Order: sequence, then C-alpha cells, then structure tokens
Amino acid sequence: MSPPRIAVVVFPGTWSDRDFLDVAPLVGWDARPVWHAERELGGVDAVVLPGGFAHGDYLRTGAIARFSPIMPAIESFAASGGAVLGSCNGFQVLCEAGMLPGALLRNDHLEFRCDWQWLRVEAPASCPAWLGQIADGQPIRLPISHGEGRYYADEATLSQLEATQRVVLRYAEADGRVTSDANPNGSLHGIAGITNGRGNVLGLMPHPERAAEAEVGGSDGRLILRSLTTWLAEQPVAAERRL
Amino acid sequence: MRWIAEVHVQLRPGIADPEGLTIAGGLRALGFASVSDVRSGKLLRVSFEADEVDQARSQVEAMCRRLLANPVMETATWELRADDEPSEEARLA
Repeated sequence: MSPPRIAVVVFPGTWSDRDFLDVAPLVGWDARPVWHAERELGGVDAVVLPGGFAHGDYLRTGAIARFSPIMPAIESFAASGGAVLGSCNGFQVLCEAGMLPGALLRNDHLEFRCDWQWLRVEAPASCPAWLGQIADGQPIRLPISHGEGRYYADEATLSQLEATQRVVLRYAEADGRVTSDANPNGSLHGIAGITNGRGNVLGLMPHPERAAEAEVGGSDGRLILRSLTTWLAEQPVAAERRL
Repeated sequence: MRWIAEVHVQLRPGIADPEGLTIAGGLRALGFASVSDVRSGKLLRVSFEADEVDQARSQVEAMCRRLLANPVMETATWELRADDEPSEEARLA
C-alpha cells in the first residue's frame, strides 16, 4: 500500500513545516508542503497546520491566516471527515477559523515558554485519527514553544467540551496528574489540546513533530503521528477522498 | 469622502489580562498607590472611503465583526469621524 499523502500547510511565517516534512518518512507519511495561496489541497489523506507565526501573528494569532486562499479547502476537507491537525500556531488558526471552539491568549506570565512538557492524554477514542494508538490517561512528553497558549473559552463551551470528552490533552506532571504547577501558560482546565465534535480535527499547543526522534530528546510525538497512519489504513473512504 | 475610525479592542470583561495587571503593578510601584486596575488593549486607526456616514458606520461594524476583534475573547468599540485633513499625498504635493 502506498503511504498516505499529507498536506503540510505553509503560511508566511510558518516555522515547523520543515520539521513535519523531515519526520514524515519516519511515521510512514508521504508529506508535501502546500502554500497558503493555493486553493486546492490536491488530493491528500490528511492536513497538518504547523506551528510558527503566520503573517507575523499580527492583530491576533491566526487572525490573518484564517482568511488564506487555502482555508476554504481545508474547511471542506474537515467537513467531509478528513483528518486535520493544528499544532501550536496551527491550533490558533483552527480556533480563529471557528473549526475548533475557544481561543489562545497570551500566556499568563507574559513569557514565551520553550520547554519539554508532560501531558495527559484523555479520552483518545474522541479523536481516533490522531490519538488512536495512545492509551486513556497515558502521560506523554512533548515540547511546547509558545507565547500565546492560554486556552480560553466561556463557561458554557468549557462545560460542553468536558461533557462530550473533547478535552484530549491536558498539561500534567510526569505521572499524569493534572496540577496547576504543571500548567505552563494559565490555560483554563489545564487544556493543551481539544478535538471537534466529529473527532477528526485535533488542535494542540505542543509540538509532536519536534519529538519524533530519540536523538532530539524524545519520540512520544510519533505516537500521535503514527496514530494517523494506522487510522488512515483502516479507513475505506480515505482512498476515495483523494479523487 | 474619507473617514477615520478609531477602533479600541479589549479583552472581554472577566478574562484575565496579565499585561494590564503587570502595568498596574508598575504604576503602584511608582507611587500611584490608588491604581486599582489596568486593562490593556489595542487602538487601530483605520482610514477609508465611504459616501455617507451610515455607509461608513456599517463598514466599520463589518470590519470589527469579520477581522478586527475575535468575539470569543474581545470586544471592539469605535469612534468615527470625517477625515478633513489633507491626505499625505496632497500635503506633500
């Protein structure tokens, strides 16, 4: 079977696209960059919005990027059930575009935080495309690298996210306990990642692509990236979606 | 005719504003002991063309709604005035 084709979207100012492209062969992906000014994804099995500072993050993070020519194609791809991952700036773009609820605000301590971070994976069945190979409650360790990662949503939205098990990643201690000390940015409910109602769109502040090789300090990111590879292999519709 | 809209964007009330808190602390450290709160935000000065005031108003409203503020976390208020100053090009000519 040929490897799944993954679009890695590149906005002006994106910086993690090359890391995703670099680790793609390690997780069985045939990944290619897609420039933001394109209007079609060109027959792919999944879409990644990487981290960075799209359009300088001017006005708000992701505010300009969400109006990029490629965004309607990504929105309709997701609406048809296609798997979409937004990491860091990509998560911010997904929130601005309304593809995920809430927003990412300035870190509560006002500092840019670049560090290794433990996370607890919760309800991976809510997002089988990206978390299918991870156990419920499993602690994983990924890098974070952001100045604006404080997840915010109003009380009603938070309640709905919790009730429907759409909070799938929380900042945690190494043993998986979610504590306020482990929260690196003041995110409400310690939220590091959420999924949409259908479970095909994942937004997370950490960087799985920066933790896909033991040589760089950790490989837990592969659990997320490989989950997609496995999930796609199980999807009879994936091949059709390319057409 | 030309118009200028000054759009003030702020975090919604109740959302923690660490930048405002830090500035308030700075003011108190300088001796302004009575400062109880600072809310930060941004000011956007938009120059644009519209035939008459109602059209100008609806344009500013649309700008705020579509791009300038994210209603999830922000509010936008604005003031509109006719721009009767000569334009930069006219002034230099």
